[in-house]
Order: sequence, then C-alpha cells, then structure tokens
Amino acid sequence: MERVSDILLELLSEEIPARMQAKAEADLARLFTAELAKAGIDAGSVETFATPRRLALIARGLPAETAAVSEETKGPRASAPPQALEGFLRKTGLTREQLQERDGVLYAVVERPGRATADVLADAIPAIVRAFPWPKSMRWGAASLSTESLRWVRPLQGIVALLDDAVVPVQVAGVTSGRITAGHRFHHPAPVTIPSPDAYVETLRAAHVIASADARQQVIRSRAADLAAAEGLSVIPDDGLVAENAGLTEWPVPLLGRFDPDFLQVPREVIQLTLRTNQKYFVCADSAGDLAPAFICVANIDATDGGARIVDGNRRVLAARLSDARFFWEQDLKVPLDEQAAKLGQIVFHEKLGTVADKVERVAKLARWLVEEGIVPGGDPDQAERAARLAKADLVTQMVGEFPELQGIMGGHYARAQGEPDAVADAVRDHYKPVGQGDAVPAAPVTLAVSLADKLDTLAAFFLIEDTPTGSRDPFALRRAALGVIRLILDNGLRGSLGRWSTRATDLHLHDLLLSQGTEVPQAPLYLEVHGDDRRLKAGDRDLLRFPVAADAARYPGLAATGLHPGPLAAFFADRLKVQQREAGVRHDLIDAVFALGGEDDLVRLLARVHALQAFVATEDGLNLLAGYKRAANILKKEGVDAVAAEQPAPSYAPDPAEAALVAALDAAEPRARAAVEEERFGDAMAALASLRRPIDSFFDEVTVNDADPAKRAARLALLARIRAAVHGVADFSRIEG
Amino acid sequence: MTDLRPPSFQDMILTLHRYWAEHGCLILQPYDMEMGAGTFHTATTLRALGPDPWNAAFVQPCRRPTDGRYGENPNRLQHYYQYQVILKPSPPDLQALYLGSLRAIGIDPLAHDIRFVEDDWESPTLGAWGLGWEVWCDGMEVTQFTYFQQMGGFDCKPVAGELTYGLERLAMYVQGKESVYDLDFNGQGVTYGDVFLENERQMSAWNFEVADTDRLFDGFRKAAAECELALDRKLPIPAYEQAIKASHIFNLLNARGVISVAERQAYIGRVRDLAKGSCAAWMDKNGWSA
Repeated sequence: MERVSDILLELLSEEIPARMQAKAEADLARLFTAELAKAGIDAGSVETFATPRRLALIARGLPAETAAVSEETKGPRASAPPQALEGFLRKTGLTREQLQERDGVLYAVVERPGRATADVLADAIPAIVRAFPWPKSMRWGAASLSTESLRWVRPLQGIVALLDDAVVPVQVAGVTSGRITAGHRFHHPAPVTIPSPDAYVETLRAAHVIASADARQQVIRSRAADLAAAEGLSVIPDDGLVAENAGLTEWPVPLLGRFDPDFLQVPREVIQLTLRTNQKYFVCADSAGDLAPAFICVANIDATDGGARIVDGNRRVLAARLSDARFFWEQDLKVPLDEQAAKLGQIVFHEKLGTVADKVERVAKLARWLVEEGIVPGGDPDQAERAARLAKADLVTQMVGEFPELQGIMGGHYARAQGEPDAVADAVRDHYKPVGQGDAVPAAPVTLAVSLADKLDTLAAFFLIEDTPTGSRDPFALRRAALGVIRLILDNGLRGSLGRWSTRATDLHLHDLLLSQGTEVPQAPLYLEVHGDDRRLKAGDRDLLRFPVAADAARYPGLAATGLHPGPLAAFFADRLKVQQREAGVRHDLIDAVFALGGEDDLVRLLARVHALQAFVATEDGLNLLAGYKRAANILKKEGVDAVAAEQPAPSYAPDPAEAALVAALDAAEPRARAAVEEERFGDAMAALASLRRPIDSFFDEVTVNDADPAKRAARLALLARIRAAVHGVADFSRIEG
Repeated sequence: MTDLRPPSFQDMILTLHRYWAEHGCLILQPYDMEMGAGTFHTATTLRALGPDPWNAAFVQPCRRPTDGRYGENPNRLQHYYQYQVILKPSPPDLQALYLGSLRAIGIDPLAHDIRFVEDDWESPTLGAWGLGWEVWCDGMEVTQFTYFQQMGGFDCKPVAGELTYGLERLAMYVQGKESVYDLDFNGQGVTYGDVFLENERQMSAWNFEVADTDRLFDGFRKAAAECELALDRKLPIPAYEQAIKASHIFNLLNARGVISVAERQAYIGRVRDLAKGSCAAWMDKNGWSA
C-alpha cells in the first residue's frame, strides 16, 4: 500500500484582525490546494484554523511523492527541412539523437521523475506566503528599509511546517520553519513544540489556545447563554459579535457584569451601540424583552481572581461611555429642535450649494409640494413641511456628533420628546431610509415625502454643479440616493413623471442660486421653461429671467444639463434602475427595449411594461413574433426604410391573400395595442401583438417583398414598416436578444 | 505577587521614562506648540522618514478642542497627555517590550484582560497611515500601537513602531478612579483636578463659545502662507511648524461648529498639503529619495 502523509502548516504572527480571519482560512486552503495541484498532488479536503495569532492548515493522506510522468511532444517529420528540426531542438532543449522517430515523425519524450512531497512543500509554502491576499498588509522591522520586503497582515513571526513528524525546511523573509510555536500569550509564555500534525490541536489546547474558530464561538455562545440564564436574562443574539469575539481571543472566557439601571433612560439604540460597537459586549434582555442593565464581555484569560477585576474594569469603562451618552442625551433634550435647526445655517452643505439650512428649506418646500400635488398621496402637507424642517436638526446635537450612525434615530427621539406628532417624529427618524439594500423602505406618507424630497434635492444639487459620480468615486453617495428614490417610488407605487419632480427640485436650487447672486427673486415659485437652447425662469406671469445656455454655461456649467429629461440626471436614474432591476433578475435587454422608446419616466409604468414584456418573450407567440419582427426590421434596414409613411397608399394591385390577411391583422391589432398601452394594460398590448404572429409568418412564407413590380415592393416595405411601428408601440424589439 | 500602592500620575510618567530609557530610548521633552496628538511632534513625524535609526520617548500635551466638556465629564478633556514612544526600525519584540512597560506600571496580564484589537491608524492631516491595534485593558483602550507605513505621503523605509499611551486613562485604570479629576497626581494629596479642572472649564468655554472665528479663519490663512514661505526658502522644520499651527486652528474652527462636513475635507486637504510639502522638503534637505 502506498504510504500517505499528513501536513501541518502554521503561520504565526502578531494579532490578525478578527474580521479578516474567516476569509484568511479560506484563502489559505485555496492557495495550498492550488500550489499542490501545480505539482500534481490532490490536496483533498483540508482543515483550517485561525486565531488572533495564527493561521493554520492540516491536510491528510497526501502521497509521499508525486508520480513520475512521461511527456511526449510531437515534432516535425524526419524529412522536414533542417530549420524546422533546429527550431524543435531549441524548443525542447534536446539533441537530434535524443528524439524518437515513429512513422517518419520525430517525438521529444521527457521523463519527469516523481518529486518528494517535502520538496513540493518547500517550494509551495514561500509561494503561498508571498501570494497571500490580505485585504491590508504591511512591512515591518529592519528589512523594511526596502519597500520590497515581505508584506503580511501584521509582522510574521514563525512558520511551523511538518510533514508527519518531520520539519519541512523553508525560509521566508528571514523566518525559518520549525516545529516551535507560541502558546497563549499570557497563560503559556514558554515555546510550544508540535510533534506532528495530528497532535496540533491538542498540543495547543494544553497551551491555552483553542485553534478552531468554531470551537471558540461555541464556547462563547454557550457560556454567555449560561451566564445570562443564571441571572434570569437572555443574550440578544448577535452572530457577528460572536465571530468577532472569537477572533479576538485564543482562550475565550465570557464574563457578565452589570451597569447602573439609571442609564436605561437613554434610548435603547444608544446603549446597544455603545455596548456592541464600542465595547464588543453582548446585550441582554429581561423576560419582558426589555433591555437589561447587564453586559457580557469576553476576556482572553482565565483570570487569577476569577475575573472580578476584569468585570470591574469593564464596568467602569462602560459607565464612562454611558455617562457620556447620558450627558449628551440630557444636554440635547434641553434644546428644542427648532433651535438646533437654526444652527444649520452655520454649516456649509457644500461650498457651491449653500448651507444645510438652505437645503432644509428646499426640502421642506419640495416635501410639501410632493404631498400637495398628490404625488405622495394621503399625507398632511403641514406635517411633511414640519418634519422636513426638523429632519436635519439632530446633526448639530451632541449625541449625533458622538455617534454619527444615530442620525435620524436621535432626531426622532428628540422630536417625540418635544411633543411632535408621531407622523412627524417617525419621518425625522426614518427619512434617510432606505440606506442599504436590505433596509426597509418607508411607506408612511409624511416620511415618504421627506425622504423623497431629501434625496431629490441632493441629486438635483450635485447634478446642477456637475459634481457627479465617476467610476468608483461617489463621495456624496449619489448612486445610493438615486437608488433610494427608485425604491421609494416602486415600493410605494408612486405615479407621475420623475423628470418633473427632479425639475422641481432643480428649480428650488436655481431659486437659491439667484438669491445668492443678489438677483431680485419674486415671491412666487419659479418654473424653468425651455425654448430651444433658451431656458427661462418664470415666476407667475412675469417672464423674469433668461438663462440662455450658451451665455451662462461658464457660470453654471451644470445648468445646461439638469432638470430636464432626457438629461444627465434622467440618464443617471435610468442607469440605477437598470442596475437594480438586473440584480432583481430582470433581463437587461428587456429593460433596454423599453428604455429605448424614450420619454418614459413614470417608473411604475415603465416596469409594468418591462414585466409584461418579460412574460411575453417567454411564450412561443412572443418568440415567433420576435423572429418575425427581426426579419422585417432587417429587410427595412437593408432597404434603408426608416419611418412609416404617414399615409398608406391604397395598393394599386390586388394583394396576395397573405398580404391582405396581414393588413387586416394590423388594422385590428394596432388600435387594440394602442388602447391597451394607453390604459397601461401591457399584458393586453402584448396579446394584441401576438395576434400578428401567424399573419406575419404566412406573409414571409408566401409573399415576396422584393417584387419586380416597384409598386408592390414599396407597398410591402411599407407593410413591414407598419409591423415595426406597431411593435415599437410596446417596446423596441430590436434591443431584445435571441 | 506584591500589591503595592498604585503609582501616582507623575510616578507613572517617571516609571515609563526609566523603562524606555533602559530600552535605549532618548527621553525627549514635549514640543512647544499646540497639537492634536503626539504623532505631530517632529521627533515622530519627521524622524519617521529616512533610513536612520531613531528611538525616543516623550510626553506630549494634546489639545482636542471638540473633546472639551467644561470639566463636567469625568472622562473627557480638551487638553490631556500622551506618552509617545517611537522605535525605528520597529524591533522584532516590540509587543513584548510594550507588555513589559505595562507590567512596570503595575498591570498584571493574568489578572487583567489585555487585548490587541485591530485599529488601522490614519492621519489625513499628516498624509500618514499605519497598521496596528488599539490595546485594550479590561475593555479600555489604553494604547495605540502602530507600525507606520507612510508619513507625509512617503513610504517609511524602514518602518517605525509607534506606541501612544493615553496617560490619564491609564492612570485612572491603574488607580481605580472613576473621574480623571480624582487622579492622584503626586502621591502627596494633589489631584489632577487641582491642577487642571479650572483649565478645562475656561478652555472649553473659549473653544466652543468665544474664540473669534473670523480671526481664526484669518489665522489659518496666515499659517498656510507662512508655511509656503518657509517651503520657498527650503526650511522644512519651520514650514512643518506652520502646518501644525494650521492644523490646530482648523480643530478650533471645528469646535466652533463653523465647518461643514463637506468643507472639512477641503480644510484637511489643505493641512495635508502643507504637512506633505514639509515632509517632502525634509526628505529633500536630507538627500533621501522617495
């Protein structure tokens, strides 16, 4: 039986960030498997380990050496000219005598002997270390005099490389492999000797190191649950926190401490954030589900006093943090939000876009308008305006200064505390939503109006000054804002022209722009009108100011390009929508097919059309119609026919039966499809088109378009153009793939 | 194990001085300008550049106007002390050396939970970054531990290890005090509050309410201009001092709440340009290539 071997590789370093450990385990397995595969060894399934100080791998049952292989390369014929032979000899590095000849053809045969697995590893390990894809790596020590020195996540301190019970000698950047590693930093300061791969886990455990991250997570989960249960509490589950604490400890010891219940007057979000984010503590709940004045920290030692001093130290740190938080809370409550909002006038939103107070003013107007126009149905315009005016006030509160991630949430608390109606307080709290992909989309009308207005205002602003995202650069998170707008519209079924809403937002900015340049601005709302290249700001019935694009382009480069559709902002929304729909599994070519029609900026209607199209092209009728359409479109393209003639001349000849049938089918289908589109019954519009499928097929089967009679030819091309036009009433089928 | 009376604030500094002196560090004095962190001291910033070995330790007073709490918060100060150690190149046993210093001031790592928690350090105003940890003792951050990778936009060749101890926090920890103002300063009855409480009250009022913002904006522009002048005359140290000054004025403006999120970046960028220019001139003056 073939002898098999086990391998242990451990890379010892200073503390590896917790968040990087899981991926590092996977990367180690991947790189190791790939390096061995290069030498012809199947590493099989490998076991990996990660602790704060080490990354390790055990592979079992590997062959002691790789198999010998014989590689044959076919060369020129024996009778080939000498140049061909010389070329082949150069390529293979052999002499003419070493070649073998079979059936008049020369072959080079190279025997590759098997290699000892130890030798393979001696090459593989340095390659793995050098290629390791840490998200962030660093140089260190005297060797870093050169920037070419080894990079590792933190200084690399040791390599254990064992093939069964023998050391695989390797050297990487001054680190020599061996069988010595480190135990727990404090419990076991003496060096630890690993006899063999099999003994790795147990040897480390004896040195107060639990090598497996899963095992450490298990310890944390079960011990934390026990500690809480003993106090009649439960741990609020948090898998991310379990993983993080397991990544911060080699010997995890959960400990429960208590904090002054008086702190519970501070909003729960603040306490949870403080415990979790700042201190990495677990939060506990009592039997009623309320936050309990207790925390669970995870120490890395079995302390000599059972952890009393550790708990006390952590309690004091937490008390300091919570008293800070309570101080902020109490200070903030003393100042009415309106007073806070007034301070926003001192904060510049952007050097070209005025202050945050200016923004608030615009958002308030826009939110009110959205409700009054019925774009956001069912809200109270006064509440929308009020909520918008308070929405950003928490930015100047002390709590949000300390915990920026609580923006909105704190504003909601402060608004409620000063007696604002729930609709207003909720809107202040939730108006940033949706933020991430899984984030809830607001549905309450007041919240919806403020959220939509805030995002539209931001987008209009930065498109106006042409500071728009490029590549990965999106410092003002405009992509997220646009996606937020799209989700607010779609999830709530908001109807109307997004272009009109954006224009309204842009107009509010233009209004501010005029104010800032000292131009007299009328009281009435301003409207932007376009006449060719001229843009006019109109106020009521006074034709007040002109914005000829060319003249003002230097001053307001973005002006020429905003607000209107199709313009860059509309195109930006379209791009975001495509990305979002693609991620949701909608075929991008179908989205393109609908977008290509142009002029559609009611997103709800646009998507209804896309969905109907997606359903239609999945049917046999749809596919056949698509084929017929493409045939017609190709002929038209070849013949250079662009548009449908306005008047279809009465045929000067007796049409073929299939031709007549198609005319009749079009006569019937066109109005049906048009009416259906008008009434947004897109499924019915598709069905109307489907009725064309058979007549089109028969037409192509039985009728020659390119008839010798020019009259017939012209009439038939016109018929094809009608087909194309009818289909385009629903979507541009030329964009559809397949 | 002997359980001695915990060291006073000044004892702790003396102990650290002795410890690091014994490990080959020059014991330097604070830089005589307002700065937000010990890292701004030329013994750190400028000495982190170039190939020459450099080992130094010093106390640096730090001013962070926005952290002022009128002396009412037991943990926050707008003026506090950092103990800074810089070792270049970073020695292979830097973690062990550091843990030795904790033992020297009375922290037993088998009774207290010492942890190295990821914290990548970056100073946008210095154009500097490094990797390392914040060191936790029973859940409290007591030290920033950093391997400098870049300073002033230049790669560190070789890399320096930087340790920044928060002296007040560490002392509160070692002495078991809940308020910074109760710290035993000298072991003979003088508290930290006796020395600094009134200072915190007045400076908080000044920083948050009174400092004239127009004059501050003006000061910022002047410091930037002085820096440019020094750079023109190939005087990197005075240029760097003006960059420090601009940085502190920016912090004051920030505390006065007159700089928006969007503007912040522009100001930080301006200070960074000054600091980077000074570092470049320093490299140049020493004949070091990037």
